[in-house]
Amino acid sequence: MIGRGTRVTQPPFGTATMDTGPRMFKLSEIKKSLIVALWFIFLTFPIMVIKVNTIENVIFWRWRNMFMIGIGSFIVSLVWRYFQENEESGRRTLALFTENPLTKRMKMGSLSKRPTKDGIIRESNPVIQRTFYALLIVVALLFPFVNQYQTTILTTALMYVILGLGLNIAVGLAGLLHLGYVAFYAVGAYTYALFNMYYGVSFWVALPLGGILATLFGIALGIPVLRLRGDYLAIVTLGFGEMTRITLENWDALTQGPSGIAQIPKPGLMGLELTTQQGIVYVYYLAVGLAALTVFATYRLQNSRIGRALMAMREDEIASQAMGINITRTKLTAFALSAFFAGTAGVLFAAKTGFINPQSFTFMESAIILSIVVLGGMGSILGVMIGALILILLPEYLREVGNYRMLLFGASMVVMMIFRPQGIIANVRKVYKIDKGGRD
Amino acid sequence: MDLEYFLELFLGGLVKGSIYALIALGYTMVYGIIELINFAHGEIYMLGAYTALIVASVLTVLGFPHLAIVIMAGLAAIIWASAYGFTVEKVAYKPLRKAPRLSPLISAIGMSIFLQNYVLLAQTDKFLPFPELIPEFDFWEPYSHIIGSPSLMILVSTVVIMIILTYIIRYTTMGKAMRATAQDRTMAMLVGISVNKVISFTFVIGSSLAAIGGVLVASQMGQINFYIGFMAGIKAFTAAVLGGIGSIPGAVLGGLVLGMTESLATGYISSDYEDVFAFALLVLILIFRPAGLLGRNTTQKV
Amino acid sequence: MATETILDVKQLTMDFGGLRALNHVDLTIKKGEIVALIGPNGAGKTTFFNCVTGIYTPTGGDVFLGGGDKKLTRLNGIKPNRIAALGMTRTFQNIRLFQNMTVLENVMIGRHIRTKAGIFSALTRMPSARREEKQTIDDAYELLEKVDLAEWANEFAKNLPYGAQRRLEIARAMATDPVLLLLDEPAAGMNPQETQELDTLIRKIRDKEGITILLIEHDMKLVMNLSERIYVMDYGSGIATGTPLEIKNNPAVIKAYLGEEVVDA
Repeated sequence: MIGRGTRVTQPPFGTATMDTGPRMFKLSEIKKSLIVALWFIFLTFPIMVIKVNTIENVIFWRWRNMFMIGIGSFIVSLVWRYFQENEESGRRTLALFTENPLTKRMKMGSLSKRPTKDGIIRESNPVIQRTFYALLIVVALLFPFVNQYQTTILTTALMYVILGLGLNIAVGLAGLLHLGYVAFYAVGAYTYALFNMYYGVSFWVALPLGGILATLFGIALGIPVLRLRGDYLAIVTLGFGEMTRITLENWDALTQGPSGIAQIPKPGLMGLELTTQQGIVYVYYLAVGLAALTVFATYRLQNSRIGRALMAMREDEIASQAMGINITRTKLTAFALSAFFAGTAGVLFAAKTGFINPQSFTFMESAIILSIVVLGGMGSILGVMIGALILILLPEYLREVGNYRMLLFGASMVVMMIFRPQGIIANVRKVYKIDKGGRD
Repeated sequence: MDLEYFLELFLGGLVKGSIYALIALGYTMVYGIIELINFAHGEIYMLGAYTALIVASVLTVLGFPHLAIVIMAGLAAIIWASAYGFTVEKVAYKPLRKAPRLSPLISAIGMSIFLQNYVLLAQTDKFLPFPELIPEFDFWEPYSHIIGSPSLMILVSTVVIMIILTYIIRYTTMGKAMRATAQDRTMAMLVGISVNKVISFTFVIGSSLAAIGGVLVASQMGQINFYIGFMAGIKAFTAAVLGGIGSIPGAVLGGLVLGMTESLATGYISSDYEDVFAFALLVLILIFRPAGLLGRNTTQKV
Repeated sequence: MATETILDVKQLTMDFGGLRALNHVDLTIKKGEIVALIGPNGAGKTTFFNCVTGIYTPTGGDVFLGGGDKKLTRLNGIKPNRIAALGMTRTFQNIRLFQNMTVLENVMIGRHIRTKAGIFSALTRMPSARREEKQTIDDAYELLEKVDLAEWANEFAKNLPYGAQRRLEIARAMATDPVLLLLDEPAAGMNPQETQELDTLIRKIRDKEGITILLIEHDMKLVMNLSERIYVMDYGSGIATGTPLEIKNNPAVIKAYLGEEVVDA
């Protein structure tokens, strides 16, 4: 019966249920959520309610937790199911309109202007875009004068912008599931640290050096994985990331092992001595500069012949090969390019914190950077930037959240994938203005 | 190189390999059915160990006899680990069955992070001592210098479990349904198999195996902490890929090969780089056999 | 009529383990011809395409590609992207477009091997690179006009209706400046009107662009109308070749399709 909120048949167009009030508060929904709450109480009972300390041999019983879980999961369940239902029916209705061959034929004329579910074809308005970026630069440049303390945090965020954009080249553009990105980051950082320690190399020399070494490393990593598909590629790159970290930890002779390398100098400003505070601000401006360069470079790459080749390879390897794209070379290019940016970010990181050790380069880092790319919207530069800023700044500013930070992080990854998988900014392609071969 | 040393390494490798195999089975079965790398599987292993510890502690305080504690802790581990596995699937993977490959993967990574920190916050970040649930058997005393009772227990349990699992997969209706769903999900639905039930069942079995592995390892190691799932998970997944992801005998083979390699390499070369050997082995195998040792080479239709 | 050989396939053999998919197949195409390859399902036609375009390396026989000022080049073992650069390109039985890129970009990819801007050029956007990019856009747009898809230049490829997607694949293939174009079942799933339009389009490609065409097709009406010569395959072997009229009356062909000898009354 249509009225009770259970859909038995799906009419071809339009919504299916008669409006009988918000679906959240239907009796059947409440019953289901109640069951869910009971289930979660059962599920989390050992871990949440019973706290065990076998060192001192004491057991704590936290009954309050049980009630919190029960109530919490009840509410979350109601809300979750509500949004999931909407999500599905929304997709279904839209799918009917876009994939039915009959309706496709009818829509021939208006396709170009209609926003699609996965991407909005905007009229690219260069004036608005450029003003936006200009404003961003101004804000960024003035920031340290506004608030000194937050500068360090923002520097971190900017580094993650660079990292995110770099990984975006491999994952977003080229579709290579790279889970070992942190290895290139580490190469960059250790390049500066070690070359400085042994040869007194300055920051400015180390910057391109770190990038280049990371690039070589990237190519070296790319060669064995050329023939691997999707999930196999993922696990091997993850392995490489871990191998790098373990090697850094154990090869004491070269890398000083777990204790790391300290007293890495900040970059000099033409020989002037800088106070600590000035040093921080200086590094901040460097980060802004590097981030801006990265944005610029990735934007140029994305809309170029190289960028298209990467995307074609991502979309369909066989077809792109048939159209003349050298898959080996393109894959290695993707690895090399993304590694380069990670390398430079690594040098910056070493300079900023003055101290590095292998613990900074765990798989968790790779996962965070990957989340930035995916959550921001793969392939979208602005999306990655926003993603980096949100993911890094939000936890910092929610100080009270503290320990729960990682918990929320993991949960938000799951939630984002279920409710907004395209990311914050979905796949936007460049719109070419056609007036007999003209372009914006 | 004396024989006894080799034997020690060899048996150690077998034991290690058996654990990897137990966990790897969970990965491979899930991958075979829904083509997903269940990143959170390692955490299920960890949750099994924790549940066992908690239940065992409570029962000890209540004064239960040792044998009862062992059995009930073990059962508790299996029950709760399966419950977690089941729930994770329903919450984080089921909604994404039709999504492109990357989405469930990210969701899995997120779930893994979530579960790690869940245990961290709900319990403690310190290493917790784990009781030796598996006693030293008296009748094994003369041989215990070659292989201790706990290790023997691991080997025996693994063999028994393999036999049971093979029986389930080959001869029961559910086993057949699992194989069918793994080969062609749409067709399985069309012939009336409840794909949701099959998938849930797969997760439950995989989680149970991981839980058993968790309890056994924890007994042997003597301690647990919230992070043990991660490395064990990666290694086990490496083992599954090594043997050919999606192939059950492959998971077992991969686990044993990996365990053996690690044991022999750390024994004869160096013990610091233990994990590096595992990954190096993986890369080598994948270069020459991209689908793994026993993997089916799915050729793309052009 | 030029008699230059564009494609020369001699005794092509392909084994997959114990299965022989292609058995000493011969095929020759001269410049400017429209040739069809037909046969029942499973005859090995797409395998033939895959061997010729470099996706498989044949286990026996030779494939030679001619065209332009080059002498015949032996293609065995050469990767598909090199073969595309040499002048042979194709479309696919199950359409393989770059779904999440726009229509225009799909065709622009086709220009990849005829252009050379690299990373450095992309980053610096020197005048020569900018000119090349503009040229690419112009060329791509021109091709879209030729297949009647220009109005959808900025639409995502995956949103196109089926017939338009097929035309897009053809435009993309044409962007590589081929001498030989292989079409794998271009009329699949098309209604009679679309098939007629396809017929016109293929003729236009041959007449105006000078591209030689080899197509696999099941739609007999299209094959008979369009092609000048036909090769017939069955069970991996070539069983007949000739003009459409000859093929229509060839008993071996009839037997292959209908399974028995049909005597013309």
